[in-house]
Amino acid sequence: MPKRFVTIWFRHLETDWVILRRPLLHQQPFVLAAPDHGRMLVTKANALAQGRGVETGMAVADARTIISSLSVLNDKPGLSTQLLKGLAAWCIRYTPAVAIDPPEGLILDCTGCAHLWGSERAYLTDIITRLNGLGYHVRAAMADTIGAAWAMTRFGDDAAIIERGGQTAALLSLPSAALRLETDIIERLQKLGLRQVKDFIGMPRTALRRRFGQPFIQKLDQALGQEEELIQPVEPVASYRERLPCLEPIVTATGIEIALQRLLETLCHRLEQEQKGLRTAIFKGFRVDGRIEKIGIGTNRASHSSTHLFKLFELKLNSIEPALGIELFILEAQKVEDVSPVQEKLWANASGLDGIRLSELMDRLAGRIGADRIHRYIPDEHYWPERSVKAASSIHEKLNARWSIDRPRPLQLLSKPEPIDVTAPIPDYPPMLFRHKGKLHKIMKADGPERIEQEWWLQQGQHRDYYCVEDETGHRYWLFRSGHYAADRSYQWFIHGFFA
Amino acid sequence: MPASKADIIAQLQKEILPLQGFKSILNGTAVDTGLGSIHEAFPNTRFPLGAVHEFCCAGAEAAAATGGFIAGILAALMRTGGAALWISSSRTIFPPALKSFGIEPDKIVFVDLQKEKDILWAMEEALKCDGLAAVVGEMREISFTASRRLQLAVEQSGVTGFILHRNPRNVNTSACISRWQIIPLPSELADDLPGVGFPRWNVELLKIRNGKPGVWQMEWAAGRFRHISRITSASPEQQKKAG
Repeated sequence: MPKRFVTIWFRHLETDWVILRRPLLHQQPFVLAAPDHGRMLVTKANALAQGRGVETGMAVADARTIISSLSVLNDKPGLSTQLLKGLAAWCIRYTPAVAIDPPEGLILDCTGCAHLWGSERAYLTDIITRLNGLGYHVRAAMADTIGAAWAMTRFGDDAAIIERGGQTAALLSLPSAALRLETDIIERLQKLGLRQVKDFIGMPRTALRRRFGQPFIQKLDQALGQEEELIQPVEPVASYRERLPCLEPIVTATGIEIALQRLLETLCHRLEQEQKGLRTAIFKGFRVDGRIEKIGIGTNRASHSSTHLFKLFELKLNSIEPALGIELFILEAQKVEDVSPVQEKLWANASGLDGIRLSELMDRLAGRIGADRIHRYIPDEHYWPERSVKAASSIHEKLNARWSIDRPRPLQLLSKPEPIDVTAPIPDYPPMLFRHKGKLHKIMKADGPERIEQEWWLQQGQHRDYYCVEDETGHRYWLFRSGHYAADRSYQWFIHGFFA
Repeated sequence: MPASKADIIAQLQKEILPLQGFKSILNGTAVDTGLGSIHEAFPNTRFPLGAVHEFCCAGAEAAAATGGFIAGILAALMRTGGAALWISSSRTIFPPALKSFGIEPDKIVFVDLQKEKDILWAMEEALKCDGLAAVVGEMREISFTASRRLQLAVEQSGVTGFILHRNPRNVNTSACISRWQIIPLPSELADDLPGVGFPRWNVELLKIRNGKPGVWQMEWAAGRFRHISRITSASPEQQKKAG
């Protein structure tokens, strides 16, 4: 089947978008500007500013001398591509194959689509009126080739439709720039006096190729339909989203629960079919008075179990205030990951950290008390006791060091060592007595010292000499002296832990 | 016939125990906790699993000793690769030390909570989860109702729970299967060697449902529990050797 294409040109894409967001700017000249070599350059000017001589690439200071009341807004890099992607997704209503054509165009492959609107004219008019209605200034054209449609959009009549096979005739009177050529080729054509397509279309191809290169011939052939041109259609993002409109506004907790249950069942069924599971989800209730009540959950492992997800939501359900009633519920899975059913079967009976029940429990705990309260520790390669363990970033993080047991470590470690008063017989001997929290402990047995030096590349300070000691009642402690015994330097004894 | 009557009674008692929710089997396999002669005190001479055990300890030293004793039992429960949860209000457990009690410290998930209410809630949720080997909860006090909720949760799931009373000012009646008190004892080294020996505790089983309470002296040496026949108390002067 011969192909048909529509190209759309957004003449003021970014500025139209800015006006949509800030309607007050509609009546005034404004520009978008970005810093370049220490000055602000105009990257886009709206129609009013352009009409008064402000152009793209001009310094903002110069533009201000032309229009003193000029508003200057910051331009975001990549804005136009982002906008075009959004518009391309919107245009999927016209055809399944929509491609973006940066910086300011869209290409629609409308082969076999136009008859659904009645005729090609009705199809094109619908596109233009709808986009104009959205607030964008557009021009569009339809032709057998992308090149011809592109040329008519930019240089031909507005809303032109070129009949089948009529692209050569239509292109004849257009300027050479209509062929999507590079700037230097256009300049060379101008110098040679080849201003319009008809001036060089009859020339021998070999001569043209020698002077202007292969890309020029390719563009010409693509516009005339002698060579096929491929487009890369945008893929619509599959949104995992379910909605449940209610006939009567819902005000009761039971009603909300039923709505959530139903949405979860539909969504989980769909996720299961596609072998996916959700990591974060949000449940929204649209209230009669226009406010949106929402609750969100997150899981440690991608899940499509509706009972588990319902339990997670249940913890937060009471924070929804229905007020006068909720008329629409939406459940949206924001982060979806693949989940393999084989693995799930394997883990269902596992009792270790990989167990699915443990990760479900962790989700429930994290949902109520916050994920920052749940820790798992893995060894870290430091001798300094406080740094010898670190919190694992996830439940599945593997150990990269071994747990060492060659040195005695207390079962209870104080997060901050507490200073104690001691009596020690001679330097580098364990103390005979120490006083902690007003209680005097007489030391019967002792081991030590174990000297642990500061890691100077991390922290400056004095080393610690650790002693394991046991008092007369059998209580075992971990004491240390910070620094050497010396007259000129300060040292202090601390208690740091309790042995079992 | 008195002998056959005793047999019948013993048989009936064995049948009653499972009905009372008493389990000693984890995932289909019996677990040896290595407690030795303490097992005599338990019904069926097996450490009761799928139940909540209560430990009273006053002060940080006793808490450390209790933690050591629990860690020894926990190691046996986690030997099959299970994970455990340790819930506390102010976490003072130093994970590397658990390794010397035979536990892989990275297999334990620590939950640090401020409110007693949250601890009880988390404990109950965790005990309901049958993917866990054991759950340890440190709390200030527990009411009878709360302990009964925990007991009901473990009867469903079969998870073993340990409660540590950090400040047992008023010990209430509770629905827990047992109540223990662990107090550290002075350690001893053979041949009067200097230094601190293996951890030693006075293990007192204050209360056990369907069992016989008792007192034992134990030591954790070479990765297992060891009973000590008697406490020898040498004079302090002889004991004091510093290294």
